[in-house]
Amino acid sequence: MLAISRQRILGQSFQKIRPAVPGLRSYSSAAKQITVREALNSALDEEMSADPKVFLMGEEVGEYQGAYKITKGLLEKYGPERVLDTPITEAGFTGIGVGAAYYGLKPVVEFMTFNFSMQAIDHIINSAAKSNYMSAGQISVPIVFRGPNGAAAGVGAQHSQCYAAWYASCPGLKVLSPYNSEDARGLLKAAIRDPDPVVFLENELLYGESYPVSDEVLDSSFCLPIGKAKIEREGKDVTITAFSKMVGYALKAAEILEKDGIYAEVINLRSIRPLDRSTINASVRKTNRLITVEEGFPQHGVGAEICASVVEESFAYLDAPVERIAGADVPMPYAANLERMAVPQVEDIVRAAKRACYRSVPLAATA
Amino acid sequence: MATAFSAPKLAAQPFSTISPSSQDRPLKIPFLGSTRKLRCLGSSRLNLSRRPSGPVVAVSDVVKAKKPTQNPSLLITKDEGLELYEDMVLGRAFEDMCAQMYYRGKMFGFVHLYNGQEAVSTGFIKLLKQQDSVVSTYRDHVHALSKGVPSRAVMSELFGKSTGCCRGQGGSMHMFSSEHNLIGGFAFIGEGIPVATGAAFSSKYRREVLKEANCDHVTLAFFGDGTCNNGQFYECLNMAALWKLPIVFVVENNLWAIGMSHLRATSDPQIYKKGPAFGMPGVHVDGMDVLKVREVAKEAIGRARRGEGPTLVECETYRFRGHSLADPDELRDPAEKAHYAARDPITALKKYLIENNLAGEAELKAIDKKIDELLEDAVEFAEESPLPPRSQLLENVFADPKGFGIGPDGRYRCEDPKFTEGTAHV
Repeated sequence: MLAISRQRILGQSFQKIRPAVPGLRSYSSAAKQITVREALNSALDEEMSADPKVFLMGEEVGEYQGAYKITKGLLEKYGPERVLDTPITEAGFTGIGVGAAYYGLKPVVEFMTFNFSMQAIDHIINSAAKSNYMSAGQISVPIVFRGPNGAAAGVGAQHSQCYAAWYASCPGLKVLSPYNSEDARGLLKAAIRDPDPVVFLENELLYGESYPVSDEVLDSSFCLPIGKAKIEREGKDVTITAFSKMVGYALKAAEILEKDGIYAEVINLRSIRPLDRSTINASVRKTNRLITVEEGFPQHGVGAEICASVVEESFAYLDAPVERIAGADVPMPYAANLERMAVPQVEDIVRAAKRACYRSVPLAATA
Repeated sequence: MATAFSAPKLAAQPFSTISPSSQDRPLKIPFLGSTRKLRCLGSSRLNLSRRPSGPVVAVSDVVKAKKPTQNPSLLITKDEGLELYEDMVLGRAFEDMCAQMYYRGKMFGFVHLYNGQEAVSTGFIKLLKQQDSVVSTYRDHVHALSKGVPSRAVMSELFGKSTGCCRGQGGSMHMFSSEHNLIGGFAFIGEGIPVATGAAFSSKYRREVLKEANCDHVTLAFFGDGTCNNGQFYECLNMAALWKLPIVFVVENNLWAIGMSHLRATSDPQIYKKGPAFGMPGVHVDGMDVLKVREVAKEAIGRARRGEGPTLVECETYRFRGHSLADPDELRDPAEKAHYAARDPITALKKYLIENNLAGEAELKAIDKKIDELLEDAVEFAEESPLPPRSQLLENVFADPKGFGIGPDGRYRCEDPKFTEGTAHV
């Protein structure tokens, strides 16, 4: 998929004509490739240099250069007072971040993985998310909680849970989940500048992936709006919503489906809370079929919420039941073949799309 | 450093000299001991000081020793004395009024009263500046009052009216006032400690990184004996000492966590000893005596302000009422309650003021009357205030619901089509 999109964009750049009007900022679409890791690092770097109130806190973010090297070079640049290596005290340092945010500083708290955020979830929900409401607007909490979320490769049950659904159900939090480098840069910058608590769910397996970015994205004032999804690929037959790594899978599935004459519209959610219901519903009204894809557990997941929203608002437009593709309803197994079965794969998305388009027998009928 | 702080050095002595078994304490009962046993032993043990009889010196001894030799230099001036008296009477009268209002149905939910512990709140908070912060627990009405939140605002908040300090959205357990730097109001015990540590961190950050000279704001974290068994407490003792944050950890040890006696819940009940284990002084003080608390508070707050780091202060105090207004309070020994009622901080201060000719009975009675009138006015104000309007339900969830703030033209930035092109100026 990456090879195909690279060619497409390079092809376009050769055809673009630069306007000769002076004073106008023109952006050539010559693609530069950056990894998600570089995107996050540059976003943190730029935000820290723009605002001295932004500081980083987490385990191994300083001298170790970041557990996944996201914060590489920042300790040397900004010093130990702004890039803090903490002891292994999630509850403690998350609460310290929240207390600092109450007083106008802008902490970016890193969890080595979001599984460890469960030790600090009291502070994320009770001290951060609810404070603006409980104090009737007197105390806002401009904090960002970031870190890798969801399954990695072979890390076992306690390191593989997806927390999007948990955090997205809580009012007072904004939950973002980027897919490619453009998302990573834009959404992280928006999160740091936002005056409310933001949970920023990255994905470990995407850190090393490169994606093309335009010059706009590399500009230091670039950022993306919170609460708006992106239509990654236009289509007319079935809508596929996904976030984080599953967007890549959905795009691959869309390529495969195109060969069978099914044109899928892929929506990259970007923002889990607030959910961009209007984009999703507008798409479903166009295509009449919906598949939601996520990596997390199926019960009470993001897909369940999207399905309910579509049924509430666009019921008359649905031509087929909404299909939810989610991780298996089991703690993540370790064995490689079992792990592959526990996480959605491209074939699952393709099969679901075909079922929704009546090209194959629905699951219920095979029972 | 004043003598008050010689205690921490002594507290660091080898375990054998201060081992609990060397003291008379009901630790000899099986550690899952029933409260029945505690009750029987309690009355005979009460006269023995719960303070350690080992070489560790409690501040109260030191202060007591000072007084006779240093007469006539008193610990407070007349004005300070009257201020302390008025603050404690306000706290007591307010809490009594809360109980009345609760039983009349004006207040509801969880209400936790502070009767008996006023010396701790007054002793510490009256030494703070406006910009210093106080972080409290659910037992926060009196902390709010001492910090300067008007009693009208606190009473309205308890009644759930829109004129409350949090417009009725917080309630008894969630008092916030950014003007007075009272940041909660946390229902989970131990939750306020990391937040307080963060507030202290922000003060240090402002001074050292943002270069705001003279930013020497101190934070006080108030919490109870039950919290001292919670993990977050230890995490914060560690980090506060590690980063030398300007914070004072004030333990209001009233011996009971709802119905769980401190002695039944804690392997080593002497909380102040946990300070030196993390590299900060640990001080024990008689929390029923506002003057002793004030002396210790001066030292601890001074230490924090000078940048010398955190202090752990354990105040031995007692709550005269139950854990909350819904607590029948059946487990506590009446003899124990009577013992502490005799050490009522307000009566003690009154006696001190009169004996040392700092104030007369008439003056103190005038203060009592003034507080009564103030509270009647507060209740009337709260009664007459309107309930929050329906539109308030969905307000204040986010400081900025659309994300990213409002631009110079007054519209939300994310609605600007140039927002994602890198040309929009943020």
